Amino acid sequence: MSAMVPATDGVGAFLARRARWSPLEIAFWVFAFATIWLFPGKHLILTETAILALFALSLDLILGYAGIISLGQAAFFGVAGYFSGLVAKYGIVNEPIIALLLSGLVAAALGFVTSVLVLRGSDLTRLMVTLGVALMLGELANRYSNITGGADGLQGVTIAPIFGVFRFDMFGHTGYVYCLIALFVCFVIVRRIVYSPFGLSLRSLKGNTLRASAIGIPVNRRLVAVYTVSAGIAGIAGALLTQTTAFCSLDVFSLERSADLLLVLIIGGTGYLYGGLIGAVIYKFLQDWIASLTPQYWQFWIGLVLVAIVLVGRERVDGWITALRVAIARLGARLVTRPAALGS
Amino acid sequence: MLTILFDGVAYGMLLFVLACGLSVTLGLMNFINLAHGAFAMAGGYCTVILVNRVGVPFVLGLPIAFLVTAAIGALLERTLYVHVYGRSHLDQVLFTIGLVFMSVAALDYVMGSSQQFVLIPEALQGQFIVFGVGMSKYRLLIILICGLLTVALQLIIAKTRFGSRLRAAVDDQRVARGLGINVGAVFAITFAFGSGLAGLGGALGAEILGLDPTFPLKYLIYFLIVVTVGGTSSITGPFLASILLGIADVAGKYYAPKLGAFVIYTIMIVVLIWRPQGLFARSAAR
Repeated sequence: MSAMVPATDGVGAFLARRARWSPLEIAFWVFAFATIWLFPGKHLILTETAILALFALSLDLILGYAGIISLGQAAFFGVAGYFSGLVAKYGIVNEPIIALLLSGLVAAALGFVTSVLVLRGSDLTRLMVTLGVALMLGELANRYSNITGGADGLQGVTIAPIFGVFRFDMFGHTGYVYCLIALFVCFVIVRRIVYSPFGLSLRSLKGNTLRASAIGIPVNRRLVAVYTVSAGIAGIAGALLTQTTAFCSLDVFSLERSADLLLVLIIGGTGYLYGGLIGAVIYKFLQDWIASLTPQYWQFWIGLVLVAIVLVGRERVDGWITALRVAIARLGARLVTRPAALGS
Repeated sequence: MLTILFDGVAYGMLLFVLACGLSVTLGLMNFINLAHGAFAMAGGYCTVILVNRVGVPFVLGLPIAFLVTAAIGALLERTLYVHVYGRSHLDQVLFTIGLVFMSVAALDYVMGSSQQFVLIPEALQGQFIVFGVGMSKYRLLIILICGLLTVALQLIIAKTRFGSRLRAAVDDQRVARGLGINVGAVFAITFAFGSGLAGLGGALGAEILGLDPTFPLKYLIYFLIVVTVGGTSSITGPFLASILLGIADVAGKYYAPKLGAFVIYTIMIVVLIWRPQGLFARSAAR
């Protein structure tokens, strides 16, 4: 390192500083894990939230960082969901964690294969192709109902205890801890990716593809790579859903699932890692609250929120969030520097 | 065999009337309107209410459905859509999906979630047998109406002053503006007209496609296929695409019923990989 020119040294130091965990982030995760003991009665909805957050994280990776609009993220979610369900049902892989990783790999493989499709064409073409893949898989799952259970869903799935010790209980305690850990591990991986030079190159090609390729970034290879990783993470989210509910139905492939996901990400803000997580928390509580008011028509209000966000201006909403983040970060920094100042 | 072809053509014609508004909005303002199906649904429900409850004759219900939907389209265009034209595609997708969700839930609330049927007059039921080929009268009517509409549209676009303005605006918006064409007004009229056509298609298709509150989501993919495969630069592209799609879908459902819509999605993806700009697009050749 010391042999390098000072400028690159400075860049390296800057990037390292950016990638450091801020006290606020640590506080976020401490709180997230504290919910295990704080809200033991809410573990079922918290499990759903954690899964949704992970799913949103996967979309953020391609939408917020690489700029690919996708309406087909549900394809990976669903494939991995069915895969993990089938694997557990027929007792091929009994250990849930191994099954989870395998499902992620299957989804990533699918992502790798279909990534060819998102390299070409305009936003609309990408939208159509990603949506088409998800719908096609949904049709396939419907067609082979002898394997997938068709419209009735995949039934008779029993998930073995984790490590043979921790059984999935009906209150969702084990499930929640399991999902939270999975979310955290995936988050750390994504965080590492995003702050690496690879992540920076993604940002640059989102900003201007032409210029990015002019400075020597292999655009297509980067897109394929990030799409594959994102598919894998979406797959893990799907597998988590099947494992915690011991059920999988055709709606994992539905357009609504992908559209809701976009909404989650928009609520939380794209292009920074916590957007998906915060969005998922807000979305789940919003949904829970509205559904308790009007059980059948909550979709209307979700739609209204979407329309309102766009009309107000996503940049403006993002701006508020950024302002909030900056304020909180400043507060956090002050809290850190003050004891240091006192010490010196 | 010929019956399948006939049904396929009727189905394709219907899809064309439903989707051509979408292709024009997409081509003209580069606007992704996923809520297009909602207008079709509005037209369908309008007819159901008029014909079944009020007792308006079916033949009169169709033009009213067209007018009502066109009015709704014009209203929404002036109040909501204008704010979203300049935005990114992501914003447009979010906005229109939001509209779809709202319309689905609202109709569910007002009309209930069950499927609706339009009472079709006796005279239109039954079949003609021509050279041993059974042709349903209703489908014949659809082909007739849609065929006339297509010819009329083609004439409007190719021959009238408004048509040449529209084509100019599609080709190059900035130059068209520079020549003194009021692109905003052209667009508003086209949008309203396209919505009206969608409403008419929804009214006609209620019998064949089925009408329930999830209609916009169920057929969204079909409209988008027509538009992406057909390209957005002309009327003939989407027309050929919808006829192809109609025949492929009917034939697919007949010969391989369990595969469902799988055939169509596969065709679409293959076409989009092969020619991302659409099968009949001029821009691909340029």
